[in-house]
Amino acid sequence: MIKDFVKGIWRENPVFVQVLGMCPTLAVTTSLINGLSMGLATTFVLVASGLAISALRKLIPDQVRIASFMIIIASFVTVVKLLFEAHIPEISSQLGPYLPLIVTNCIILGRQEAFASKEPVGRSLLDSLGMGIGFVFALVVLGGVRELFYQGTIGGFEVLGSWYKSMVIMVQPAGAFISLSLLVALFHKLSGSE
Amino acid sequence: MNKIVKMVLTLTVLGLISGFALSMVSNYTDPLIRQNKQEALREAVYYVVQPTESYQEETREGKVIYKAYDSSDELIGYAFTASGGGYQGTIRLMVGVGPNLNRIKGIQILESSETPGLGGKIRGEPFKNQFRGLQVEREVGLVKSAEPDKGEIQAITGATISSRAVVNIINKGLDRVRSVLSEGE
Repeated sequence: MIKDFVKGIWRENPVFVQVLGMCPTLAVTTSLINGLSMGLATTFVLVASGLAISALRKLIPDQVRIASFMIIIASFVTVVKLLFEAHIPEISSQLGPYLPLIVTNCIILGRQEAFASKEPVGRSLLDSLGMGIGFVFALVVLGGVRELFYQGTIGGFEVLGSWYKSMVIMVQPAGAFISLSLLVALFHKLSGSE
Repeated sequence: MNKIVKMVLTLTVLGLISGFALSMVSNYTDPLIRQNKQEALREAVYYVVQPTESYQEETREGKVIYKAYDSSDELIGYAFTASGGGYQGTIRLMVGVGPNLNRIKGIQILESSETPGLGGKIRGEPFKNQFRGLQVEREVGLVKSAEPDKGEIQAITGATISSRAVVNIINKGLDRVRSVLSEGE
């Protein structure tokens, strides 16, 4: 049971190991707070749709399962999008189109196909929570690193003092690719895999 | 046959549930979202024409113009929104002008998806403050590396296109507002 939860955070981390969900990972991690809010929004959708699909797994005919998954996922994404716009409009405008694009996040559909549609509700909950936390972890680290090297702050707090000369490339797409690949390399080094 | 019925039924029921749930959520969030947008617009008016104490919304020839008043109820300027293409996507601005329309009082970026770190700097204070109190005879000018003259602002290094886009949007909006307001007098 515990393995279902932990694997998503480290050994099967969706970003660093499975290299899934690259679109939001690269696009919105210009700051720690953006990464965190994107990660939490995705986790909510992941957990909610995981629960729904796992509960309904015996009722959904195999031939229309993907279509059914998409209806469920898209509904939860729309809920998140509306709630963000209503309660945290600043963050919602920062995330822009990437919030509704959670629908196409392959981590979510991937977990439904690989796990939620085959396993009971309890295990599915642990699995999607673990994967969600793994995703949040990756986005927060990536956002933090990019923010640090761009403006010398982490989560808005000054870390590097005013002498620091900002590296513009870090908030641009190239900076996203460079930091992500270095982080993936570091992650593999730390976890001792090949 | 049985299979097909089951497939159709599953998708129909899921769609119905989803539609119903979403309409409930949207019923709850819609007023809040509308309020947020109104709030953002209001803040922008207060920001671009300072020191605004109150303002009135007026629509002339389909153009919404915010008339800004100070604490002694004197008209201190107009604010209006203007938009146009930037380097990436649309830029939407709130522009504040003096009562004689020959001085810009300030600008605010309502919407832009310019490249962060380059064109994104149009959101920054240093760029926006260049417009505070800027005199405009006919239109705002833009210089690249030279010292800006009267009625000119300096483009952001590495973001000439975004800077020019902002200036063009202001000039076009100003034109429109001038003709709309002169007609109404």
